[in-house]
Amino acid sequence: MSAASLLAEPSPKQSSYWDDVARRLLRDKVSIACMLLLALIVLGALLAPWIAPGDPSMGSVLKRLKPVGTPGHILGTDELGRDMLTRLLYGGRTSLLMGMAPVGMALLIGGTLGMVAGFRGGLVNALIMRTVDVLFAFPSVLLAVAIAGALGAGVGNTLLALTIVLIPPLVRVTESATTQVRSLDFIEAARASGAGDGTIMRAHVLSNVIGPVLVYATSLLSVSIIMAAGLSFIGLGAKPPTAEWGLMLNSLRNAIYSQPLLAALPGVLIFAVSLGFNLLADGLRTAMDVK
Amino acid sequence: MFTYLIKRLLFAIPIALAVTALCFSLVYLAPGDPLSAVLPSDASQDVVDLVKAQYGLDKPVPVQYLLWLQRAVTGDLGKSISSGRPVAEEIGKAIGNSLLLAGLASTLAFTVGSALGIAAGYRNGSGADRAMSAIAIAGVSIPHYWLGIVLVAIFSARLNWLPAMGAGPAGSGNWTLDHVQYIILPTLTLAAMPAGIVMRSVRALVADTLSRDFVTGLIAKGMGRGAIFRHLAKNIAPTALAVFGVQLGYLMAGSILVETVFTWPGTGLLLNTAILQRDIPLLQGTIFVLAMFFVGLNLLVDMLQPFFDPRIKRT
Amino acid sequence: MSSTVVTAPDFIVDVAGLRKQFKVRPERFGAKPKVVHAVSDISFKLAPGATLGIVGESGCGKSTVARLLMGLIEADDGDVRMAGLQLSQQPDQLKAMRSKVQMVFQDSYASLNPRMSIEASIMFGPVVHGVPRDEARHTAHDLLARVGLEPARFAGRYPHEVSGGQRQRVNIARALALKPEIVIFDEAVSALDKSVEIQVLNLLQDLKAEFKLTYLFISHDLNVVQYISDQVLVMYLGKIVEIGPVQDVYERPAHPYTRALLASMPSMDPWRRTQAPPIVGDPPSPIDPPSGCRFRTRCQFTAQACAASEPLLQAADASSSIDHRAACHMLAATAGTWQPLIADGTEGAA
Repeated sequence: MSAASLLAEPSPKQSSYWDDVARRLLRDKVSIACMLLLALIVLGALLAPWIAPGDPSMGSVLKRLKPVGTPGHILGTDELGRDMLTRLLYGGRTSLLMGMAPVGMALLIGGTLGMVAGFRGGLVNALIMRTVDVLFAFPSVLLAVAIAGALGAGVGNTLLALTIVLIPPLVRVTESATTQVRSLDFIEAARASGAGDGTIMRAHVLSNVIGPVLVYATSLLSVSIIMAAGLSFIGLGAKPPTAEWGLMLNSLRNAIYSQPLLAALPGVLIFAVSLGFNLLADGLRTAMDVK
Repeated sequence: MFTYLIKRLLFAIPIALAVTALCFSLVYLAPGDPLSAVLPSDASQDVVDLVKAQYGLDKPVPVQYLLWLQRAVTGDLGKSISSGRPVAEEIGKAIGNSLLLAGLASTLAFTVGSALGIAAGYRNGSGADRAMSAIAIAGVSIPHYWLGIVLVAIFSARLNWLPAMGAGPAGSGNWTLDHVQYIILPTLTLAAMPAGIVMRSVRALVADTLSRDFVTGLIAKGMGRGAIFRHLAKNIAPTALAVFGVQLGYLMAGSILVETVFTWPGTGLLLNTAILQRDIPLLQGTIFVLAMFFVGLNLLVDMLQPFFDPRIKRT
Repeated sequence: MSSTVVTAPDFIVDVAGLRKQFKVRPERFGAKPKVVHAVSDISFKLAPGATLGIVGESGCGKSTVARLLMGLIEADDGDVRMAGLQLSQQPDQLKAMRSKVQMVFQDSYASLNPRMSIEASIMFGPVVHGVPRDEARHTAHDLLARVGLEPARFAGRYPHEVSGGQRQRVNIARALALKPEIVIFDEAVSALDKSVEIQVLNLLQDLKAEFKLTYLFISHDLNVVQYISDQVLVMYLGKIVEIGPVQDVYERPAHPYTRALLASMPSMDPWRRTQAPPIVGDPPSPIDPPSGCRFRTRCQFTAQACAASEPLLQAADASSSIDHRAACHMLAATAGTWQPLIADGTEGAA
């Protein structure tokens, strides 16, 4: 043991890469604002049954299309007389579910497929990636419409359709990241320690690949919610009388002449959520950029 | 270069075939038996038998696929249940409108996006750059169908400057200046998201290229800004082309939402009708044509790449 | 053939006929695939507790040999026995081999997972082999202390927070975590500053004595190899050209290539100069090695026999009992012509 090895070092930092990322993220004002906004919306949607002022399915023809600011209905009422604020809160539950769940599932399925494809290479890779190529030959909206259109309306069908549409891009991103990591020395060192493929993927590849994949998944959240609400807008997706933002946009279309503000409200929320996720994804990417 | 082109073509064929298989299988995805998807429910037994024989529904699935493919390639996409007319005819009428809209929107998106992107890239990091990037992100995050509704609310309902729906009395066909007003709002709506995407891609490309060493070398050589710009353009051309092609393809195939908002008589609206009416032949046929268009467009962009990107080997 | 300087009758490393070729994808359709002869017919034996240095220029195949011995690449041919086990790609056997033979890589930074703490990296191997986590952590801390890194300060750190020399110590600790009998060092000190390098080399000597290890030390740096090795093996274009006790090979190199290498060795000693001419010509490609002796295109002693057949390893000095062999047809001609020093140095012509 040589004395030189105990040369004076600055106090031990002991911060993992993720601690650094979190720290940088929390210093970015835009990201914090986004996280707060999104948290607010999500929380509102989750707590809808408890905090909503009214009943989402109870409407009165007498109270149709009351404007924003009406006493008792702070955001007005829709075309069937139902309280808008309530409908928006409840709608959030459906919209957010339809938008976010497919990303989660696609991340699990696509991420695993991509990692296996990237790690194994060869025939397995070719098989998985060529299948993904075929799905990529369809523009995403068209594919979603095709699958949902064939299956029929309904939240479940939409979830399935969107998951299928989102799997290919996630496979590609994960495969690309995994291929880059696979050739690094520490993977070879892990193999030299006697670990099998599965252990290496879990213990070494995952932690190095999850960064860019997570950023991409976050930006996919914004696309997904637009598509989910969009599908409901054209009659696939959620069925009336379920409250859902895209569906509400559709049913309020005729009110555009009399109550334009009312008609535009559901879209504001879709926009807000989508924007929030996009900005968050950008913030995450920047936070992860420095080594 | 020749090998490159041949390779691209060869790769495209199995993919195109797989796409057709996917389109074909849509009928089987639909709940209920395929026959009810193709015929109205009140068809008489002879018609049912006739259709069964014609479509070969008693034969094994792969054979049915081949039969369908054979018909599809020759232009027979079946008959629409809701309108009774041949699907190919319906699509033929609508596709021109969609192409027009998609073409205009992607051109607008590409021009505006590129201009903003280049401006932002040159001013990388400045306040102007951040402002433009903010606009771009807003464009990318906006639900286009909602934007359409908002634009209609402002320009149609409130200000009454522009019509809210339709393509004008003549539909596709004779386009006069009078009809231009019908296309303005849909084009703007459709162009917003791709403009944002193009702007971000171009900005990143420009900023990256400008920071490269070879540009410093050019400046040191005494090259003026115009000359540098031309060099820059040559560098980003291949990617710009790819982006443009992809955007056109997406807009063309994914226009259903905007066309629904504006009741624009294009293929997107056809799709909408097909879904509402559970008109499977129309749905299948439209998706088939749109998907083929997308594949073909991608192939075209791929094959044009060597002319823009000198890095692809020329023999 | 006389026996090597060893007391135990069994060799801990016994390599025979190791061979590996890589196929290069042809440029055009239908062209014949090219073959890179990376490692051709490598055979050597190593006694327990010894250090074998493997030297050669870049591309001579020494790193490939390391990876073949570690089982990271599958050999085309050859019989390798280490620590009483037969090297095989069969998963159970390979895993058993891993706890006997370990490796330290060249790039200290790239060989550590940036997302794993130092102690986690060291613990990984034992845990994979079934050691309980607490025990593995304990071992990791012990080893950190043993390589000169205070566990309290270093265990929780991450690779980017420590210096290159410290990282290499971590890599050494990691290699030792599985309690191997043989450790292979692939250019392990090449990337370190000279002052750090000597510390690490001394550490390696201490560890070898304490843990009763056997080393294979691969390097292109002849000075380092001389410092740490008992025996040296010189490789050229995938083949062994010379092998023997390090002092003997360095003082009386038999093979023209070894001589050229030694002639170009930097030295602080002003009296250490030679008259051996530098190597001429470009190194041939391993895709299409010269026929017969692979070195003949750059050798000053080359003759007709050299192109005709590949030279086998034979005694460099038939009169000596030391096991020092070289693969050269012209040994008779080259013997006695090596002049390590000029002027009035203490040592004259060999």
